[in-house]
Amino acid sequence: MASGNNLAVEMKGITKRFPGVIANDRVDFELEKGEIHALLGENGAGKTTLMNCLYGFLNADEGEIFINNKKVEVTDPNVAINHGIGMVHQHFMLVPPFTVTENIVLGKEPTENNMIDYKTANQNVRDISKQYGLNVEPTAKVQDISVGMQQRVEILKALYRGADILILDEPTAVLTPQEVEELVKIMESLTDEGKSIIFITHKLKEVQSIADRVTVIRSGKLIDTVKTDTVTTNELANMMVGREVILEVEKEEANPGEVVLEVEDLYAKNDRDLMALNGTSFSVKRGEILGIAGVDGNGQTELTEVLTGLRKKEKGTIKFKGREITKPQTKRLFEEGISHIPEDRQKRGLIMEFKLYENLILGRHDRKPYASGLNLNNKKIKEEARRLIKEYDIRTPSETVQAKSLSGGNQQKLIIAREFDRKPDLLIAAQPTRGIDVGAIEYIHNSLIGQRDNNKAILLISLELDEILSLSDRVAVIYEGKIVDILDIEDATEEKLGLMMAGAESEEVKGGGQVG
Amino acid sequence: MLANLTALLSTTLRMATPLILAALGGMFSERSGVINIALEGIMLIGAFTAMAGSYFFSPWIGVLAAVIVGMIIAAAHALVSISFRADQIVSGTAINIFAAGITGFLLRLIFGDAGQSPSVQDVGTWKIPFIKDIPVIGGVFGEQIPFVYIALIMVGVSYWILFKTPFGLRIRSVGEHPAAADSVGINVIGMRYIAVIMSGFFAGLAGASLSVGLLDLFVKNMSSGRGFIALAAMIFGRWTPQGAMLAALLFGFADALQMLAQTIGLTFVPRQFLLMAPYILTILALTGVIGRSTPPAADGDPYIKEEV
Repeated sequence: MASGNNLAVEMKGITKRFPGVIANDRVDFELEKGEIHALLGENGAGKTTLMNCLYGFLNADEGEIFINNKKVEVTDPNVAINHGIGMVHQHFMLVPPFTVTENIVLGKEPTENNMIDYKTANQNVRDISKQYGLNVEPTAKVQDISVGMQQRVEILKALYRGADILILDEPTAVLTPQEVEELVKIMESLTDEGKSIIFITHKLKEVQSIADRVTVIRSGKLIDTVKTDTVTTNELANMMVGREVILEVEKEEANPGEVVLEVEDLYAKNDRDLMALNGTSFSVKRGEILGIAGVDGNGQTELTEVLTGLRKKEKGTIKFKGREITKPQTKRLFEEGISHIPEDRQKRGLIMEFKLYENLILGRHDRKPYASGLNLNNKKIKEEARRLIKEYDIRTPSETVQAKSLSGGNQQKLIIAREFDRKPDLLIAAQPTRGIDVGAIEYIHNSLIGQRDNNKAILLISLELDEILSLSDRVAVIYEGKIVDILDIEDATEEKLGLMMAGAESEEVKGGGQVG
Repeated sequence: MLANLTALLSTTLRMATPLILAALGGMFSERSGVINIALEGIMLIGAFTAMAGSYFFSPWIGVLAAVIVGMIIAAAHALVSISFRADQIVSGTAINIFAAGITGFLLRLIFGDAGQSPSVQDVGTWKIPFIKDIPVIGGVFGEQIPFVYIALIMVGVSYWILFKTPFGLRIRSVGEHPAAADSVGINVIGMRYIAVIMSGFFAGLAGASLSVGLLDLFVKNMSSGRGFIALAAMIFGRWTPQGAMLAALLFGFADALQMLAQTIGLTFVPRQFLLMAPYILTILALTGVIGRSTPPAADGDPYIKEEV
């Protein structure tokens, strides 16, 4: 008891079980007043679960929670909100067709004569946004504003409710490096005002540059809490993963050959019927990895889908192996040598209810040796499946379990096994390591490099700038459906790419770079 | 000519009334994220209950009973689709089949007739002073069954609830992004229950408007698809009270036109084509030919809290 007179939050022995897994196993956590405290762990380590318990989204099975030294039963978010806790979720909890103000006041609306008093509400929003320097447009609809502004709306939502303790769940995932800097400034001004911040992340660099202290969680268990200036990045990586991690991807110089894919002046619409690709042009050669960097929602999804025949192009040419493809049809493209690692493995990559051996032949299911006449040759299919499981190190009890029973990393390896085994000429990898553990990330990175060295052309589309920088031989930056510029990897610095990801012309960036 | 026009508009209003009421019900339910195709069945049961209430007590007690029974049946739909997270279409279909069965059964049991009930007292009409003396307008709005006025008032009330009050904002948030609503402490499950039960209130009222309003008896399967047309009106009206009302009036107009054509012996368009019009309009609305309709984002999705 004597220990905690400067603690904003104290969590003791938190255990949370889900069917088949223990997400949190007797985890302790302390947040001091006025600090920025990072909660570091791999995807699936249990960071978000722990914070959802604190916020009352989930109820812990065991353990105690103290807020400002008072024991609190956080049964639902209302309790947490009343105790001054606010959470900014990774996937924003905003209602797209509502205005900024409506989102901020939702659940705590100022009223007059039983009606929402929009005048007061808008004024309140303006007041707090001015107080903390969080610039938003109160009457704009959330669906029309930028991701950065949406995040500020989320933070304002918490502040409007009088939050003193803010939980930010992976807040940098959707931001450009410059937007991240701005966020850090906001976080610092918040702690200056006496707020305390918990900052969930799996990015080591950010821990070091943003947080005062860090708590590391691995497989649902607490590893340690340390001051960030007493540890190195490598030490943190080891704590997070539990073994030595090689942070750099090792690779030889690329040896590019002839052009395999050539895209010129490509236009395509998104699901909302707005133009998402506005004259995209680039080419990919054999033996190289071309990385497409950009902030989410700048046409990456549409580009992947057009190139794999899943979306109609409005205009422009696509040349594959020197031949123009006028009507991209998925099946034809795949037969001609394009493989695809989709950005959403659960929606597009796998059929979660299907067994592994069934998933492994999707797309080839109608051909020999997997099919003979009208029948599937299940014996042969299973045999092949066992070979692939072994070759690609997929951790599974057998080939007859459902895909959904595998971890994210192993699901991704399953897709990679299927797509690589087709021996493609071009590999389109969209977000190949999203939401998977470090071990699987290393494996996938190395296999992409392996495919490159095997003289395949690889188009890597990723929102993780680090991934782009460590794998690509050339980097194309996409902004509002257009390639801003393509840089050789030697010229591609994080700062330059960041500016270009925000739409700055490469000439401006280069000019600025020379001055600096 | 003028008399025909007045009759046409007056009939339009009357035929649109059950549709407006049921569409408002469907709107509240779907705005909260629960699809309620049980409107059809609830209307039918409401119509029977109102008739029976009028037979044994008085027409207004019948209306009250219809509304209460409507809310109870809607609560059953809420329980199945919100708490048990069953398929909302299946639950709604089950209620519709049940409604046809139970009303047919009770009709035979109580009134010994398989086709229709005896004639009961209806709620009559209301005369609106001053307005009834204005030409044409008086003919249309001056003297109507009470349900017409109730429906028009309900459109305004629903608009006010949905777009002006915190309660309405919360209903809409729950239907668009339940997790977001949950994260600010709004009780998603509770809001959905309230909204679905409100839809039962409106569908019950719509049913009563058939058996003790437009007619003075219950006829087997007398809702005859109006619950579904109401859903179409709701979609056509883009899930807004005023839009649903306009769509319902359009459908009511097609109905009235068809009736008028029959009485004055117009035969150049077969009446079947006029009867088809609402359905064709609905299909066009759904396919996006006439303006695209986007349903609430979480419409039809049960809310599961502990999802990791």
